[in-house]
Amino acid sequence: MRSDLQNRAPLGLKIAAAAGLLFLHLPILLIFVYAFTTEDKSYQWPPPGFTLKWLGVTWNRPDVWEALWLSVKVATISTIIALVLGTLCAAAVARTKFFGRETISLLVILPIALPGIITGISLRSAFNLMDIPFSVWTIVLGHATFCVVVVYNNAVARFRRTSASLIEASMDLGANGFQTLRHVVLPNIATAMLAGGMLAFALSFDEVIVTTFTAGQQATLPIWMLEELVRPRQRPVTNVVAMVVVLVTLLPILAAHYFTRDGDNPAGHGK
Amino acid sequence: MQVAVKLSGVSRHFEEVRAVDDVDLEIAEGEFFAMLGPSGSGKTTCLRMIAGFDHPSSGEISLFGQSVIGVPPYRRNVNTVFQDYALFPHLDVAANVAYGLMIRGIDKATRMRQAEEALSLVRLSGYGKRKPSQLSGGQRQRVALARALVNKPKILLLDEPLGALDLKLREQMQEELKELQRSLGITFVFVTHDQGEALSMADRIAIFNLGKLVQTGTPTDIYHHPRNLFVADFVGSSNILPASLAVKLNSRESPASLRPEAIRIVGEGGHAATVLGQSFLGATRRLTVEMDGTRLNVLLPNQVDTPPVGAEIRIAWDNESLHPLEEG
Repeated sequence: MRSDLQNRAPLGLKIAAAAGLLFLHLPILLIFVYAFTTEDKSYQWPPPGFTLKWLGVTWNRPDVWEALWLSVKVATISTIIALVLGTLCAAAVARTKFFGRETISLLVILPIALPGIITGISLRSAFNLMDIPFSVWTIVLGHATFCVVVVYNNAVARFRRTSASLIEASMDLGANGFQTLRHVVLPNIATAMLAGGMLAFALSFDEVIVTTFTAGQQATLPIWMLEELVRPRQRPVTNVVAMVVVLVTLLPILAAHYFTRDGDNPAGHGK
Repeated sequence: MQVAVKLSGVSRHFEEVRAVDDVDLEIAEGEFFAMLGPSGSGKTTCLRMIAGFDHPSSGEISLFGQSVIGVPPYRRNVNTVFQDYALFPHLDVAANVAYGLMIRGIDKATRMRQAEEALSLVRLSGYGKRKPSQLSGGQRQRVALARALVNKPKILLLDEPLGALDLKLREQMQEELKELQRSLGITFVFVTHDQGEALSMADRIAIFNLGKLVQTGTPTDIYHHPRNLFVADFVGSSNILPASLAVKLNSRESPASLRPEAIRIVGEGGHAATVLGQSFLGATRRLTVEMDGTRLNVLLPNQVDTPPVGAEIRIAWDNESLHPLEEG
C-alpha cells in the first residue's frame, strides 16, 4: 500500500501528460471529424452539419482505388523483398565473422538515418543515368531501401539473442540444413520477422518523400492525398482516405508490438 | 574390443593458431573417456570435430572404422550434450526430446512414448509439457541428456555438461552420468577442465595442453605417473622438485614430482626438513615444510600428531613415489 502511495504521480504531472497527449492526438481526431462534414470547400469549424455521404463518394472515386491499389502493391512487394534480404543479411551479420561485417551492418542501416530526400534524389538520378523508366518497380526499389532496415534490425536482435548452438543441436539430432531452417531457425525468428514485416509495410504505405522522386506519373495513396489538398474539390474525400490510412498503418504497428511483447525472454539464453 | 573413435594426426588450424596440433587418439567402444585440459587446450575443438561441427585441417578421423571426413553432423551416429544444453526454446520438453525421432520420420505416438521413456531414464517423468525456460539448470541438463540418448547413439559426446551446475548438483550428476554410462554401455566422450571430475568419472583420460595431446592413461596411471611438469601440476596437487634437488635424491638429471600424500614423517632416517606452516583441511592436515631450500606440501591424516611450526623433523617416501618428469 505504501509503495502505491509513493508511486502516485502529482496532479500537475498528470495534467501536463494529458495535455501533451491531447496536443498530439486531437488534430488526428479533427481529421476524422471533417470526414463527416457537410461543407466541402474549406475546413470550417465547427462543421455546419454531419453526413455519411463522403464515404459513398470516396467509394465511387476510381482515382482513390487506383492510388490505394498501387500503395498496397508497393508496400506488399517491398515488404517481401525486405523480409528476404533483411533476414538473410541479419543472419550473416549475427552468425558469422567476415571481413567488412561492421561496414555492411552500417551501410544497411544508413538509409533509415539518411533524410528521405537524399535517398530520393540519389535514386532518381541513378534511374535517369541508367535510363530506367519510372514504374511500380522504381517505387518498390526506393521503399525497399528503408524496409530492409526495419526487418534487418528486428531479425538481427533476435538472432543475437538466440543461442548459436541451437542450429548445431538440430544438425546433431539428424536434421539437415533445410529441416533445421524449418523446425528451429524459422520458429525462433518468426515473430521478429512478422514484427519487422508489419513495420516495413506501414512505413512503405505512408511514405511520401522517396516516392515523389521515384514514382513518375503514378500516385500512391499519400501522394494522391497531397495532390488533393492543393485542389479544393470534394475535400472531405481526402479526410475519409486519411482515416483509412491511419487505420491501415496503425493496425500492423499495434500487431507488431503485440507479437514482440514476449520477446524480452531471450530465446535459448545460455553462454 | 572395437575402436569407437580414432584420430590420426589430426590438426585444426585457425589461421595462425594451432588449436589442435597433430593429435593421435583411440577411444574404445563402451569406454567413459575424458578429454581434460585448460581452456584453449584444443579439447573442445577435438570434440567438435568428432561431432562434425568442425573439420580437421589435416589428419583422419574415423568412427567405428569408417572415415568421417566430409560427413556432416546429421549423418553421424553421434549425439552431443551441449555446454549450454541448446534446448529448443519454442518446443516443450517432450518435443525437444522427440526432435531427433521426428526428423527420422517416426510417428507421433511412438516418438512421444520413447521420449517419455528417455525422460524417465533421467528421472524427469511427467515434465514433458513444460517449456525449457520453466526448468532449473539441473533439469535442463537432464533434458539435454534425454534428447541425445533417445536416438540411441553409439557415441555420446558431452561438452563440459556439468560446468554450469553448482557443486552439490555437480557431484550428484557425476554419479548419475557414470551409472547411466555403465547401464547403457554407450561410449561417452566427456570434455572437462575439472581434473577432479575427470579422475572420478573416466575410465581413461586424455590430457591436452596448447593443442597437443600430452598424455593418455587411466586416472591412476596419470595421477601416479604424470609424464611431464604440466600434467603433474594440472592433475591433483604435486610437489615439483627441481632437477638440481632430484639428482641428489634419485641421481636423475630431471625434475621430479612427489605427491603430498606420499610423504610421511619418520623418527629417523629420511631427510631433514623444517616445518613452515600448517593448515587444517577437514579429513587431512597440510604441512608446509622446507627441505634443502625447496618448499614441499605434506598431506597427513588428521589423527597423526602434527609437529608445531618451526620444528625440525625428518621426512621420507617410497622410492617409486618420486616420479621423474619430462621437460615441457
